[in-house]
Amino acid sequence: MLPLEVLATSLVETLTAALMMVVGLLPENLSAPFEYRFMQRALLTSVLVGATCGLLSCFVVLKRWSLLGDAISHAVLPGVAIAYLLGWPFFVGAFVTGALTSLGIGAIERHTRIKSDAAMGLMFTAAFALGIVIISKITTSTHLLHILFGNVLGVQTSALMLTLLASLVAVLTIWLAYRPLLLYTFDPQQAQAMGFNVSAIHYGLIMLLTLTIVASLETVGIILVVAMLVTPGATAHLLTDRFGTMLALSVGVGVLSAVAGLVLSVRLDVASGGAIVLVASGLFLLALLAAPRHGLIARRWRRWRFNRPVS
Amino acid sequence: MENRATDTTPALEVRGLYAAYGQEPVLENISLSLTQGQWTAIVGPNGGGKSSLLSVVIGSLAPLRGELRILGRPSLAQRQAGSIAYMAQQERMEWDFPISVSDTVMTGRFGLMRHDPLWRRLLPQRWAAPIHRQAVEEALDAVDMTDMAARPIGELSGGQKKRVMLARALAQRAPILLLDEPLAGVDPPSEALIMATLERQRRAGRTIIMVTHDLSGARRYADQVLLINRTMFGMGTPETMLSDSMLARLATGSPPAPSGGFHAAA
Repeated sequence: MLPLEVLATSLVETLTAALMMVVGLLPENLSAPFEYRFMQRALLTSVLVGATCGLLSCFVVLKRWSLLGDAISHAVLPGVAIAYLLGWPFFVGAFVTGALTSLGIGAIERHTRIKSDAAMGLMFTAAFALGIVIISKITTSTHLLHILFGNVLGVQTSALMLTLLASLVAVLTIWLAYRPLLLYTFDPQQAQAMGFNVSAIHYGLIMLLTLTIVASLETVGIILVVAMLVTPGATAHLLTDRFGTMLALSVGVGVLSAVAGLVLSVRLDVASGGAIVLVASGLFLLALLAAPRHGLIARRWRRWRFNRPVS
Repeated sequence: MENRATDTTPALEVRGLYAAYGQEPVLENISLSLTQGQWTAIVGPNGGGKSSLLSVVIGSLAPLRGELRILGRPSLAQRQAGSIAYMAQQERMEWDFPISVSDTVMTGRFGLMRHDPLWRRLLPQRWAAPIHRQAVEEALDAVDMTDMAARPIGELSGGQKKRVMLARALAQRAPILLLDEPLAGVDPPSEALIMATLERQRRAGRTIIMVTHDLSGARRYADQVLLINRTMFGMGTPETMLSDSMLARLATGSPPAPSGGFHAAA
């Protein structure tokens, strides 16, 4: 255990040092807050969350899993509460109830006549209600607010480690299983016909999504994490027609929103989770208008040129 | 890939197959044996189980009962070995997916890439082994889509999409081609090109199994026709199977007596 801790700590130190070098390039009035240790921790956590959510959001957008992401993120609440009761680390409980809910949704969908969107709406509201009831009984409301809306400025080292671990797992999995994941997302039937284990890929991707959501809780919170799982991917989808490029752009949008949102929230003294999501939404809006091929302006322009009378 | 199958092993052998979607039976007591190198057309009414039979072959529909062998081995083993190339009906695909024509065809090689050395598999697509890139180029050339290789698939017309899907199947260089309605929604020039391409594949010794509504195409190209409407109605030459009396019986849905048309046709 001890050597692992040393390794993790030195990894965090190295990443922080690298980030501070980039921050050093910023103008003085922007980089000043990052003199503080807690700001450095918040920055590193935000970068990791932005990158991991960005990566996963491509799959969420292309597989039409937005509602599933929302469902899993709400379903982690009872897990956090129960873990608090039992004195476990919160992310263990969060992961367990998040995963159980996604399995439950799949089971209802397969074995009854209930359709998937109804199954999701049903399961995640029930789980969320259970979480609220438990929390209202055991803790003060500030704790609940932190879980619901995130508290990146007060992020603990243990949560930072979890975020780091989730990022590493996500990057490694997507790298090693790139082709099966791509084919499954694009054309699951073809993946099946080629003898890939489609249900293993399906549940593996859902587990990865759950892990990412749990790791993002402290930064953006339960309510807003789904924005980080949809907006970067949707923005990237407007900007490119290549899957690899989409992954890279989506990671870029995620990181940029996380960092810019954090800086803005400190300077304007507003909630950081909300600021991060608003920056992401702003980037999406920009892409929606000005994307080179799929943007509204480009489409209008093409239509105008097409309809222009030949002189 | 290495098969211990000899030339006389049936390409596809099905015995006493039953399958259902939930409570709804779609296939009842299907038994057939397809010789290697033959072009088989599967004909029957909509909802008659043609596509379901292909779904069983590719493992997306589990049979309730019965046995199915591909070149003498179970389906999963042969699919993993790359013995089957499957071309689906295109309505089920996600055409907005950010992928180019040539990358789409390259996904046909993903099954075979599992046998590449690890370091190759960790590299981006661009550095795929030459054999994969060559197979993709050849397949695009065969369906006359080389000029479109860099286009996003979402921009193609219906006929062009079908040709790309066929190219993906060809790129697998599999001994068995499994095609679900390869001519549905296709313009006449694409139709002629697809049939000519398949004809070349058959001459190269490949087995073609094709679900189709196109009776004139089946008469012209297929070696044999399989009639199904939930149960087997018969299997034999296009002339006997696609006669007016057989087709009328297929439409009314009354299966032939055990000693009737089926054996007479075979």
